[in-house]
Amino acid sequence: MNDEALSGWRSRLAEKGEQVAFLKDFLKNLFRGGFEWSEFIRQCYEIGYKSFTLVGTTAFIMGLVMAMQLRPTLISFGAESMLPKSLAVSIIKEIGPVITAIICAGKIASGIGAELGSMKVTEQIDAMEVSGANPMQFLVVTRILATTAMVPLLTLLGDVLGLLGGFLAININGSVSLLLYFNKCIASLGFSDLLPAFIKTIFFGFVIGFIGCYKGYNSNKGTESVGIAANSAVVVASLWIFVIDAIVVQVSNTLIY
Amino acid sequence: MWDLTTKETASVQEHENVLHIKGLKKSFGKKEVLRDIDLDVKRGENVVVLGKSGSGKSVIIQCIVGMISPDAGVLQVFGEEVSSLNEKELKKLRTRIGFLFQSGALYDSMTVRENMEFPLMRILKLRNQAEIDKRVEEVLKSVGLFESIDKMPSDLSGGMRKRAGLARTLVLNPELMLYDEPTTGLDPITSREISNLVLQIQKKYKTTAIIITHDMECAAITADRVLVLSDGEFIAEGSFEAIKNSKDKHVSSFFK
Repeated sequence: MNDEALSGWRSRLAEKGEQVAFLKDFLKNLFRGGFEWSEFIRQCYEIGYKSFTLVGTTAFIMGLVMAMQLRPTLISFGAESMLPKSLAVSIIKEIGPVITAIICAGKIASGIGAELGSMKVTEQIDAMEVSGANPMQFLVVTRILATTAMVPLLTLLGDVLGLLGGFLAININGSVSLLLYFNKCIASLGFSDLLPAFIKTIFFGFVIGFIGCYKGYNSNKGTESVGIAANSAVVVASLWIFVIDAIVVQVSNTLIY
Repeated sequence: MWDLTTKETASVQEHENVLHIKGLKKSFGKKEVLRDIDLDVKRGENVVVLGKSGSGKSVIIQCIVGMISPDAGVLQVFGEEVSSLNEKELKKLRTRIGFLFQSGALYDSMTVRENMEFPLMRILKLRNQAEIDKRVEEVLKSVGLFESIDKMPSDLSGGMRKRAGLARTLVLNPELMLYDEPTTGLDPITSREISNLVLQIQKKYKTTAIIITHDMECAAITADRVLVLSDGEFIAEGSFEAIKNSKDKHVSSFFK
């Protein structure tokens, strides 16, 4: 292995070490007391409420398109009546949580990365620290908890709107009442489908907030690094979402079946 | 080192030592930024550190406030060795120190009022809104920024941002003020106003100050004592006039 490759691995390992130290710092500040409730609520509003339209619209269109795509395939098997069930299982178990998380990684993780990165560049984080305040508690703990709380709620919204999109697609070509459609959807899902899907959204929310904060908080001092922080927050958070998804599905399958 | 200490600067040495630095060293990688720094600052004194950009001036005050750990040497603030303090003790020490950043470092998601309230509510743990308002208004009046109390930092000019940054540090009544290039990026008139403000603050709040600058006018207005930093060491010390009249070519080059 040449020197360049070796130093590349060394810096990657060093970053992992820094991430562990950042996580430790987060946990320490989480249980320290003096929780910043007003900032947490403001972040929930910024992160959750302001993402409703984007997540809702995307999920609705996804549900609509999925139903349109699935219908011809199911008709060829004579299984058109399975459409609500297929939609419910795929949206609730996989598409809803993952698509919502990916949208949130793009919108929220990059936003947090850029915001904290620019605060670092303009010495605002240093100013908080040297004044004796606790920037970890004010900036990081509140944002990570807000994403952890908001991403599951956004996923719930995305799931409902995705199913409504599917309902609309079914009614373009046929006719089914909303009550019957949702009855079929709900009947096809068990507790063992809902719980792992819900649990993974909590992990998705955490990782989006954590990576966004880590990248922004540890960005270098220069305007270029703000862009790098935002960009790498999206890339790393998106990768983690797929990794967590794979782990949760495997673990839940092992435990349930 | 060229000792150009005059009668005026010697008179303040009778007072208590706020800062004591001996043999301070700091390197970044292979670059030796601070080689051997000795500095004592007495209570109520305004010390100006002059030096070229990149000479390590700001590193000294970053070490004082514990943002950077020195590699070697003694660094005592209010008699406490900064490197031996734990997190809680360092936080406590920092509440006695005010740090004005080059950019003002205002929290740009908050109004000027909220910027002032932030340290009062989180560091002094004040909950009485009437008391908070009183302190905020008083400190903003003292820096001439009361009219801008509800403005966002983005609506302020460079000079106003510096004033607001200064007010935010003064709201905690610090004993030691550290100014990092207080006049950089300002026009000559505003620079003079900020320099005069630094002097007024020293008189009104009885603060001790270390002013990092390469602005000669700022040094002339604010300094009780001037130190010149070059190649990681202080190469001259004395009153502004004594430094200005120095025959040393490194020192005199600052005035050309």
